[in-house]
Amino acid sequence: MVEVKTDSLLKKLSVPLLAVLFGFLVGAIVMLVFGYNPIDAYSHMIIDVFANPYSIGEALTQATLLVFTGLAFDIANKAGFFNIGLSGQFLIGWLSTIIFALQFPDLPRIALVPLSLIAGTLGGALYAGIAGFLRAYFGTSEVIVTIMLNHTILQISNYLTNFVIGTSSRTEKVSENASLSLEWLTEVTNYSRLNIGFFIAIVAVVVYWFFMKYTTTGFEIKAVGLNPDASRYAGMSDKKNIILSMLISGGLAGLGGAINGLGTFGNLFVLGALPNEGFNGIAVALLGLGNPIGIVLSAFLFGVLNTGASFMSSRAGVPDEMAVIVTASIVFFVGAYYLVEWIFEKIGYRRAQGPHSTETEGGTEQ
Amino acid sequence: MATSDVVVEMRNIVKQFGEFKANDDINLEVRKGEVHALLGENGAGKSTLMNVLTGLLEPTKGEIRINGEPTVIDSPDKADSLGIGMVHQHFMLIDKFSVAENIMLGNEEHKMGVIDADTTAKGILELSERYGLKVDPYAKVENISVGQQQRVEILKALYGGADILILDEPTAVLTPQEIDELMNIIRALADEGKAIILITHKLDEIKQAADRCTVIRRGKGIGTVDVADTSQQELADMMVGRSVSFTVEKGPAHPKEVILSVDHLVVQDVRGLNAVNDLSFQVRQGEILGIAGVDGNGQSELIQAITGLRNVEEGSVKINGKDVTNRTPRKITESGLSHIPEDRQKFGLVLDLNLEENLALQSYYHKPLSDNGILKYDAFANNAERLIEEYDVRTQSQKDPARSLSGGNQQKLIIAREVDRDPDLLIAAQPIRGLDVGAIEFIHKRLIEQRDNNKAVLLMSFELDEIMDVSDRIAVMYGGKIVDIVDAEKTSETELGLLMAGVSREEIERQKKEKQLEEVGNNG
Amino acid sequence: MSVIGILQLLVTSSLMYSAPLIFTAIAGAFSERSGVVNIGLEGIMVMGAFSSAIFNIMFFDTFGNSTPWIAMVFGGIVGLLFSLLHAIATINLRADHVVSGTALNLLAPGLSVFLVRVIYGRAQTGPLKRSFGITSFPILKDIPVIGKIFFTSVTPLGYLGILTGILGWFVLFKTPFGLRLRAVGEHPVAAESVGINVYMYKYAGVLISGFLGGVGGAIQAQAIVNEFGVLTVSGQGFMAMAAMIFGKWNPIGVTFAAIFFGFAQSLSRVGHYIPIIQNVPTIYLQILPYVLTIIILVAFLGKSESPKALGKPYIKSK
Repeated sequence: MVEVKTDSLLKKLSVPLLAVLFGFLVGAIVMLVFGYNPIDAYSHMIIDVFANPYSIGEALTQATLLVFTGLAFDIANKAGFFNIGLSGQFLIGWLSTIIFALQFPDLPRIALVPLSLIAGTLGGALYAGIAGFLRAYFGTSEVIVTIMLNHTILQISNYLTNFVIGTSSRTEKVSENASLSLEWLTEVTNYSRLNIGFFIAIVAVVVYWFFMKYTTTGFEIKAVGLNPDASRYAGMSDKKNIILSMLISGGLAGLGGAINGLGTFGNLFVLGALPNEGFNGIAVALLGLGNPIGIVLSAFLFGVLNTGASFMSSRAGVPDEMAVIVTASIVFFVGAYYLVEWIFEKIGYRRAQGPHSTETEGGTEQ
Repeated sequence: MATSDVVVEMRNIVKQFGEFKANDDINLEVRKGEVHALLGENGAGKSTLMNVLTGLLEPTKGEIRINGEPTVIDSPDKADSLGIGMVHQHFMLIDKFSVAENIMLGNEEHKMGVIDADTTAKGILELSERYGLKVDPYAKVENISVGQQQRVEILKALYGGADILILDEPTAVLTPQEIDELMNIIRALADEGKAIILITHKLDEIKQAADRCTVIRRGKGIGTVDVADTSQQELADMMVGRSVSFTVEKGPAHPKEVILSVDHLVVQDVRGLNAVNDLSFQVRQGEILGIAGVDGNGQSELIQAITGLRNVEEGSVKINGKDVTNRTPRKITESGLSHIPEDRQKFGLVLDLNLEENLALQSYYHKPLSDNGILKYDAFANNAERLIEEYDVRTQSQKDPARSLSGGNQQKLIIAREVDRDPDLLIAAQPIRGLDVGAIEFIHKRLIEQRDNNKAVLLMSFELDEIMDVSDRIAVMYGGKIVDIVDAEKTSETELGLLMAGVSREEIERQKKEKQLEEVGNNG
Repeated sequence: MSVIGILQLLVTSSLMYSAPLIFTAIAGAFSERSGVVNIGLEGIMVMGAFSSAIFNIMFFDTFGNSTPWIAMVFGGIVGLLFSLLHAIATINLRADHVVSGTALNLLAPGLSVFLVRVIYGRAQTGPLKRSFGITSFPILKDIPVIGKIFFTSVTPLGYLGILTGILGWFVLFKTPFGLRLRAVGEHPVAAESVGINVYMYKYAGVLISGFLGGVGGAIQAQAIVNEFGVLTVSGQGFMAMAAMIFGKWNPIGVTFAAIFFGFAQSLSRVGHYIPIIQNVPTIYLQILPYVLTIIILVAFLGKSESPKALGKPYIKSK
């Protein structure tokens, strides 16, 4: 379980805030070294996004997807499970949705849209469920299994797109009846790809928050993640909760992929690498400290970064990979949260260390 | 004795962790060729003091002299070079390595960069013959017994050239026979001129093997005495700081209906060996059955099997007449069981959840704590407020994580949760491990209270005193079987000790008779 | 094609595809034996591939035909420097090993393609100046049958990998250094109690891993892809992790596993020349290594195989 261990709210918030700050600093240093003006670049990257409705719409489209993968990572993480397979689950969701929508193009929209999304959700859930099942019953490391499943589905998806459900590296567009676009939303955002998925994401966040906070199942998932032995002792089934959380996790990632398929692109094409939304979802969840509001905020941040990257390259001449560098650095600093604790200690917020913890660390527990 | 014989002098040692002084002005003086006991309760600061001596911790204040020279021991390496060797309570051995590899680690024999296990093995054999520490240098540590692993630890220190040997609670995991062997080894080492520091809280061991004894209480040095001139009661008083009553007050038991019935039970351990082997017993309403035995004789596996945490291979477990063999922990709990688990931090609590949530851990899923799957946080808070008050759990806030509590308060939290569920059967495994005297009394009173309320209580402990004080009947486990069940009023420590070592009832009776005959003969 | 011709094709292409995997899988073994999970191997390979490609193009005029070899060492050094981030994060800053490794995997493609754009103004380097060629081993190539299959027109890198595997095994299991490194991965407190500098050995494990992973990436770029772009390294680092697990963290076992994966990869590429499997859709061969890893992980490997203190932060007392 990846957990940020801090004391007060101030310290708690300082980890993500400083991680973002350090992330941007690293990017700035790289830019300075190669002769770019970081202030110019960042202002294009961030301010320009807000300068017109189109790019705001695009940023929100990105953020929508990241909310799903972020929540997906978070629930698995709360259950003590590192779901690095989000990309694969996202992709299989995308694939299943497109297959379903292409298969039944003439269903009325009111049926085709939800059914296609359900197909994507189920695809993601079942795919992640494999890893959950293997972990629960065989103790197989979910990290390795989901990595392997990622690469498996990438190959399968490309193969199907090339030879079975599509031709020349892409499938047909799905029918109008499967589209997620909303006329007014498209118009308001100046023909961006923002779609119904945005509202589904809002609903998902609220449901997720309620589920984790107020249901006995959410309580069990948390307890199992924090201490599987004690949870088993208290009559909870660790197997059930591991599999359940993985099904939900994969379902959320799959739903994200489905929305990407129907809403953003309308088809599936051959991918050179796994979709980034999966790995960025890890960043979103870690930066959001496992809090639904935090996840929404960090999804929005990364949505803006990814959208703004193109402005940065077109208007400031900085290659758009800079957005990836900043994202990766933020993940690094969130991971290395002890750096922040260490800084706090240095500037005098030194927490009195309990004798117990110190003795345990020294290996002298009695 | 001449002062030149003093090899270790620790003067006015203070070790502070934040606000807490684990060692507060402690003096220790150890001479060549003596066995020096370091006595104190759990958490008194013995291990901290020894970690200072072995360079694992830096003292906040104080001076250390080795062989009369003021010395700063700032690393284990330094301690090593001064001839200080430590035999840790939790063995510092690498399971997958051979004995020789473990012993050479950090100080490897090699020929042109290639490890030379044979030379090390030869050295080990020489040492083991000299001190009677038999062990196979090529065996893997994971394949040898606990007693042998301890010998490896001792050999490791000797091989490194240690003249000052620290043994940290060395007998905790040994059978009485192994303890006797160890005491002989310790004496032999001292006679060879080694200085031995024996960390313990067991008085009989001190009487058996030590020359002098330094007592520590709550981080403070209480004094050093000659063991020969001091009684066990005096040592105990020094250790706990007040006259200790070794017995818990309780009236006679009134056993009634059978609540727990275990029949021909077979349970395997993690390695797939039979840890519990065809074992049967019953516990009735209104009695406390104690399970005694040396650690590792199947007690833990037995408790885990009864409570559903471990699979039962053969046989059955019945609670209230209902077969609960291999049911899930929840099903078993709902048949009327409460369980104070052996490892409170691993099983008993979710340390990162708050007190309210931990107190709800067994009952969150039904009314009043939840309704149709929706949690009622008000009810969580009320439940916690009541239990914290009733069981005197000391905490700043019930919203604090369980991690923030002291060991004793963590245990009270578990007891509050378990006893409050009003079980027919209460199982308490090692309930006082690592706790101070006050908490121990509290917990024992609660166990007896349960018994007097007509509940069945099963108490498992490795501490013979606890078993004898609290139980009404005592089942002794050895090698996965119950060798005998005795009446607590009528047994003696000697008898239990023999049973725990695997000596059969018949053998004990035979020895008793021989002794009586001998006495008769002497008198005649 | 004749039987010998088919075998020759299979052996040469297997050795080719397995070479980067062998180095990277041994890299993983060194890191994990010291107790540090190195999921960042993919990112390390990317950095090695990137830096060797740049070096290859820039310094061909200086070094001529030996350029790929020197570029390979350079790739290793860059990999080592890159892995330093992982070492600092996991060892000093107590970062979760998987999170830190993920950060490395995200960072490497971003940083390297950024730099490629800075230098070349496009996302790929374009063809390298000199790739690792193929050689025929003198004397050995004249052995009947075997010489033709194994030692004629093959990449020497596969054999270098095998030698590295043997050397890695020797270092880990026969030297004091290896004993200590493994001790740190199994039981760091015990290692510290006998005066071993736990942090130093963990650093050694991670940095050796960085070097070998960088070399693996350099081979991928210079022997297989012959350029650098964002897709030059696509999953080989993860496949190497799988090989590491297969090989039970033992460099020799790991080498065999990597060769097997190289074989599977090469089958999916040269399979259409081979009569028996030419009608099998390539997709089965492409997913074979991944699916097989999962199956083997479930069927044969218990948890106990991995170093005991793997992935756990070690915090010094004092």
